[in-house]
Amino acid sequence: MLNYLKLIALGLITLFAMIGASYARDLAYQVHMILIMLVAGGLFLWTLRRTDEPVSATDLSLEYNDGVIRAGVIATAFWGVIGFLVGVVIAFQLAFPVLNFEWAQGFLNFGRLRPLHTSAVIFAFGGNALICSSLYIVQRTSAARLWGGNLVWFVFWGYQLFIVLAATGYVLGGTQSKEYAEPEWYVDLWLTVVWVAYLAVFLGTLVKRKEPHIYVANWFLLSFIVTVAMLHVVNNLTIPVSIWGSKSIILWPGVQDAMVQWWYGHNAVGFFLTAGFLGMMYYFIPKQAERPVFSYKLSIIHFWALIFLYIWAGPHHLHYTALPDWASTLGMVFSIVLWMPSWGGMINGLMTLSGAWDKLRTDPVIRMMVISVGFYGMSTFEGPMMSIRAVNSLSHYTDWTIGHVHSGALGWNGMITFGALYFLVPVLWKRERLYSLGLVSWHFWLATIGIVLYAASMWVTGIMEGLMWREVDANGFLVNSFADTVAAKFPMYVVRGLGGVLYLTGAIIMCYNLWMTVRRSPAKEASLSTAVPAE
Amino acid sequence: METYTFLRQLADSWFLLAMFIFFIGVVIWVFRPGSSKTYRDTANVVFRNEDKPAASKEADS
Repeated sequence: MLNYLKLIALGLITLFAMIGASYARDLAYQVHMILIMLVAGGLFLWTLRRTDEPVSATDLSLEYNDGVIRAGVIATAFWGVIGFLVGVVIAFQLAFPVLNFEWAQGFLNFGRLRPLHTSAVIFAFGGNALICSSLYIVQRTSAARLWGGNLVWFVFWGYQLFIVLAATGYVLGGTQSKEYAEPEWYVDLWLTVVWVAYLAVFLGTLVKRKEPHIYVANWFLLSFIVTVAMLHVVNNLTIPVSIWGSKSIILWPGVQDAMVQWWYGHNAVGFFLTAGFLGMMYYFIPKQAERPVFSYKLSIIHFWALIFLYIWAGPHHLHYTALPDWASTLGMVFSIVLWMPSWGGMINGLMTLSGAWDKLRTDPVIRMMVISVGFYGMSTFEGPMMSIRAVNSLSHYTDWTIGHVHSGALGWNGMITFGALYFLVPVLWKRERLYSLGLVSWHFWLATIGIVLYAASMWVTGIMEGLMWREVDANGFLVNSFADTVAAKFPMYVVRGLGGVLYLTGAIIMCYNLWMTVRRSPAKEASLSTAVPAE
Repeated sequence: METYTFLRQLADSWFLLAMFIFFIGVVIWVFRPGSSKTYRDTANVVFRNEDKPAASKEADS
């Protein structure tokens, strides 16, 4: 019966997409409608072939649903490499403008590729890492199979479709120009549907848990899912100009829109890139170190402090703008108070290793996790400092901001994700161990040196740029033109690009290592004796 | 009173106080007697049920 409803829905969607593709007012919308038509049409045929076929009734409740997590691990590694690659390309486009090829103007120039890079690394790489690891963690710590059966596959493929729609949209010019929220209205609506399904799967699994307590990692992950849903909806309240076009108009006027955007933008950092990844930290570091978390009490206080404080920090992105002074002061003060939960969390992560510090010498995976927490500490020290109005007057709009973001994203989010992938692949594919620890060490050092090159060059160029902009001569005239600062930054831009190349190389080595782990590593003995039903 | 002014004043008075009290409440709750024992057990959740869900006591799931 359900299949008939699915067929009706898919048929209607295909029909609508066909009409949309022919009435389309712009290229991005037209390509997207063709894409949706093909996906929905393909799913229609696939569903049709399975309708009224006998289904095998195996009881799966005694197995974890790991198939979707394996898919998520593959997607994370794949999108990671794509995202880093686009990042390297745009880094060199800034150093050598000739790489903005004439034949690709309007499609592959810096302005079009930059949101592709940010969304690919944050939402495709980071998002897939969060989704698959959260589904892994919630099953293990609840001792229950994922709720909702195949709904989780809808979440996975729906999210991949969102990524493809967003990425192709940017290249073709379908963007609402809100940083980290560029996708247009119909892509936003789709993401909302997928996200609600994700929330349902996660909550459903928590509800049927067999452990009396909800482990702290799940608190962080749940807050990430709920808050991102709220932020996404409020920041994307738009009215489409036409149902046959991608352009839409935001509901919020002027400075309110700016404030809503940075309330969203900063909490995307706070709840997507921090709370979600802290959930990963609270699971994978204890697992890899084989010790429970240093202080469970601290982790609860960490959680509530972070949740209460982060949500207010957004206005620090709008110092010296039309935003009222009280709001920008509020953002600044809360950013500085954030030092406490951030460092509390960092200490909790690092001290989990107390008594097991020797593992740092022998286990490059734990080394990766520890340096990631180290970078978390560093960038959460730097961030509040940069939110102070006086510091911000120097740092804002300069490359310092870019350096800060990347020490956080490459160092904290990237490294903890790599650590999680190195942990997950042998477990999920039931292998005895990783293919090569030596290659993990190579990855570790390439990535670390890459980040150091990146962050150091951006500090130098950012502060230099800020000082050059504010330099005035004895008569009060500005000394430097904008082009002077661009010319002065050239060597640092090349160094930054090289840092990116090192980081990308490390990620490719990781993919090879993980691939070979699945292909070549000896299978785990225990798994051979227990029959695993096919999923 | 205007909605903006009302919300603005609520935010920096009673609601701020309510959230602060909630947070202090959480801290006190965390340090309640007997919590160390509970949390020692909870912190070890990650080392249980690695391969399989726990067997259900009643066949509900």
